[in-house]
Order: sequence, then C-alpha cells, then structure tokens
Amino acid sequence: MLDVINLTCVRGTRRLFSNLNFSATEGELIELRGPNGSGKTSLLRILSGLAMPAAGEVRWRDRNIQSLREEYYGSVAYLAHQNAVKDELTALENLHISSAVAGKRLAKGRAQEILDRVGLSQQQNLPARVLSAGQRRRLGMTRLLTSNAKLWILDEVLTSLDDRAMNLSREFIADHLKQDGIAIVATHQDLNLNAPRLQQLRLT
Amino acid sequence: MFGWLVWRDLMLAWRRRADVLATLFFFIIVVSLFPLGIGPERETLRTIAPGVVWVAALLASMLSLGRIFGNDYQDGTLEQLLLTPQPAYLVVLAKVLAHWIVSEVPLVVIAPVLGLQFGLSQNGLAIVVVSLLLGTPVLSVIGSVGAALTLGLRAANVLVALLVLPLYIPVLIFGSGAVQATVTNSDPQAWLLLLAATLIVSLVFAPWATSAALRISVE
Repeated sequence: MLDVINLTCVRGTRRLFSNLNFSATEGELIELRGPNGSGKTSLLRILSGLAMPAAGEVRWRDRNIQSLREEYYGSVAYLAHQNAVKDELTALENLHISSAVAGKRLAKGRAQEILDRVGLSQQQNLPARVLSAGQRRRLGMTRLLTSNAKLWILDEVLTSLDDRAMNLSREFIADHLKQDGIAIVATHQDLNLNAPRLQQLRLT
Repeated sequence: MFGWLVWRDLMLAWRRRADVLATLFFFIIVVSLFPLGIGPERETLRTIAPGVVWVAALLASMLSLGRIFGNDYQDGTLEQLLLTPQPAYLVVLAKVLAHWIVSEVPLVVIAPVLGLQFGLSQNGLAIVVVSLLLGTPVLSVIGSVGAALTLGLRAANVLVALLVLPLYIPVLIFGSGAVQATVTNSDPQAWLLLLAATLIVSLVFAPWATSAALRISVE
C-alpha cells in the first residue's frame, strides 16, 4: 500500500538519509529507530506529505502522494511533536472543532466517549491552557480515534505520558493494526506490541 | 469544513478579544491624532480626511496580519489544517474571511464616526464605508501572502510591513480617491469599480499564492 522508493532527505548541507526503500502493507507496524538528529521526524514529515524529499518518492496505492494530495491526506493521521491543541478552547471544544474542521463531525455522545477513553472526562470543560503536558498529549491523541485514517504516522507518541496513557496508546495502535491499518511509529522506547507484521527501520 | 474553520477562528478571536480591540483602538487613535495635530481648520481637514482614514486602515490591518497564521503555526494546528482532505486554497480563504470579520469589519463600522471629526459630508461618510467594505478584504487577502511568507521568522513583523505595504498602494489610491471624489463633488463610481476589480483579482490569485507560501513555511 505504502511504498517508499529511493528516498533521500537533505537538511541544509547535511544528508540525513539516502536511497531509503521500504514498503508497508495492511496490518503492518513499522518501528522507526535512530539517535536524535538522525532524520526520524524529517522522514515522517515527508511520509505525511508536509515536506518534500530531495529525491525519490512516496507512493500510496501505487500513486505518488504529491499528486494525490487531498485524496491522500484523507487517509493519513499524523501526530507530530506539537499536539495541535488550542489553548483557548476547552478539551471538549478542541475535540469537536478539530474533527469538524477535518470534515468528520462527531455525534453528540461520541466526543464524551472518546474523552472518557483517554481519561479526560473530568477535564472536558477546562480550557486546554490549564491541562498538563501529558493531558494535552492525550487530547492530541484523540485525533487518532476520530480520523478513521488508514495510515497512522506517529512521532514519539510515548513522550510525557504516564504508564496508563502509554498502555492506552499501545492499545490504540494494536486495535488499529487489527483493523488492517498501518502504523509508522518513531520511538526511543520499546513499544512491546505483538504486531503480526513488524518491521524495524534504523536510521543512523 | 469551510464554515467550521471560520467559526473556529471567530471563537478563538472572541476568547482573545483584547488583541482585536487593540487593533481597533490603534485605528481610532491614529485617525484622531490628525485633527489634534493639524488644528481645527475645516477645509484642510476635509482635504486630508480620505488619505488619513485609508492610511490608518492600512496600518491597523497590517498590525493584525501576524494573527492570521501565527498562533496556528506555533501550536501545530496549521500543519493539521494543511493535512485536511480539502484544498489548501479553501483553508486560506476561510482564515482570510475570519480575519476580515474580526479585524477589518470593526474598522469599517467605526470609520464614519471618525470621519465626522473631519467634517465629511453625509455622502462622503457613506463612500468611506463603501470603499472600506470593498478595500479591506483586499488588505486581508494580500496581507495573508506576506503573513504566510514570514511565518516563523524572527523579524516577521518588520518584514511583513516591507512586503505588504507596497502591495497595498493600489488599494490606498483607489480607496482614498473614491472618498476624495466626494469632497471635490465629482462621481466616485469609477474609483469604486476599480476597487471592486482589485478585490476580485486578489481573491482569485492571492489565496493560491498564500497556500504555496504556507507549504514552504511549514516544511
């Protein structure tokens, strides 16, 4: 489904990686490893379509993602370092509005259900400004549950999460893989997931 | 999706209304300084009124340009907006529309009151409003190009002024020309038509340039 062909990324004058090739099929988990500054985030940004590679291409269902554009974005959920949470809005409003803007309106009870699942039901009417780093991260994670995306691109999902939330995100990823989704996860910690199809990718 | 994005921006602006009021007060103060500085002579004031109102509107709207994309860029929402399954053109258009409603419409509403200080006729005040209604969307949409290009840069505010103010010149000439026409008792229609033409052309082309600039800025 997702094919990465001869991908090269250059940042400034530094070549982060070159001629990277891999592909992912339904139900596959790709663990992306590598030291800081090895280009994990750059790779994920290229895969999500935000950045352009210096050479090579990314193909989704045999078509280049740069020509698919909006069609591709509909099947991707990208969780970056930043949570894309609006400080001025409450947790509940954040959830409702971000999914409505992405074109997927939530039914009334559904938002509460999702906040309950990530353990924010007590904080649902608090402005996101007063939430802790971990709580904001959880709120950011809700995007995975609302997006119905086939491909998840996750950048350091486990940072600033407590044990419970870490297990929760593992659970999310496992469920996603069970439903034939694809997950590409950059991480420093072990995910400890019993994924049926697992690929480890190391950047140096 | 378009409507939700506009609604979201309006809601965010409401929660941060101090920012919006600051721009409005800036406009009021700048326009009011001129009669104080130049003196109460009616003829002089009436002659400079069109230029003063329009230059102040230009500066005030420039002050608010950083807000179009700045906050969304910082908290990562902008990336997510560019990854929604809708053309970036529409995202830009929605944000520009919200910016116009929040930052420019108050100027249009308050302008006739300020025009009274300059002894403009009733007809003159009406033309002030009409010309601002046609011209301020152009300021928002052209400003969005500059705002997108300077996202994340250190001297963004100064750069935006240098980039955008020269592009505002046609709007300034047509807008103040329309108001000036009422002072000299000629027909402002030609000026207003020129303004409308500028509006249509900029609405077609500028969002396209802005979305290209946004893609470069988030990369």
